[in-house]
Amino acid sequence: MSTVLVSMMPYWAEKIGVPRTVAVEFPFGHILGHAGDAQEQAAVIGDALRVLAEAREPGTVAHLPYTWPDFERWKREWQPGKPSPIIRMLREQAEARRREEASAN
Amino acid sequence: MPVDSFKWLPASIAGYYQNLAVQREEPVPWTPLAKPLNRCRFALVTTAGIYVQGREPPFDTEREEREPMWGDPSYRIIPRDTPQGKIGASHLHINNRDLLADVNVVLPLDRFRELEEAGEIGSLAPTHYSFMGFQFNTTEWRERYAPEVAERLRQEEVDAVFLTPT
Repeated sequence: MSTVLVSMMPYWAEKIGVPRTVAVEFPFGHILGHAGDAQEQAAVIGDALRVLAEAREPGTVAHLPYTWPDFERWKREWQPGKPSPIIRMLREQAEARRREEASAN
Repeated sequence: MPVDSFKWLPASIAGYYQNLAVQREEPVPWTPLAKPLNRCRFALVTTAGIYVQGREPPFDTEREEREPMWGDPSYRIIPRDTPQGKIGASHLHINNRDLLADVNVVLPLDRFRELEEAGEIGSLAPTHYSFMGFQFNTTEWRERYAPEVAERLRQEEVDAVFLTPT
């Protein structure tokens, strides 16, 4: 079976070695575009299928030109409403370290 | 202009990722596309943590809440005709609002049905798959679940897989 990967993190595709990747600078949870925007989704898919059909080199990464407006809003908007368990744990650990350092001083 | 892989991530997480040691596949896996696109059967695989309500349970977020370094490595089956209203979301690391409004943002069932209808692809397979992308340890993916899904894909005579990690 042949594969094509659509990714917002081509860094990993390049590091790990993926057969064919198309990279798109869209936020997490929205790899193919905005909800309800069939045209945008179809454009990304069309580009990915072209790479699937035409790539000849293992490890091909094609960077797509599409932009995602309103970065200041969306750098928070893609994140879950409640921090994930790992994020909560890391924040608690950081807070505990801060308290320890404060009491040592 | 190359895509910035770290654009959407807080600097601390970006730094963590960039310091991770990663093993590269050598040689890079490669299966040439054996047929033209308009004769290929396609399957879709995402890591968006979606499932079909009433068909299978959500991913185990309760265990992830208890064990923050663990993510459910199993997968869920998404039949090609699953209506939007039956899509459930159980990924704790993304805002699921938009994929619950339009699953095509992560698993493009409607878009691929349109391609099938237009004759641009051979067909859309009966069955598609969701994993859940928060995984510290991908051993079970590599040794158990990916081979299982690969075998299911082979049984449905899939020629090409469209991968959409989240």
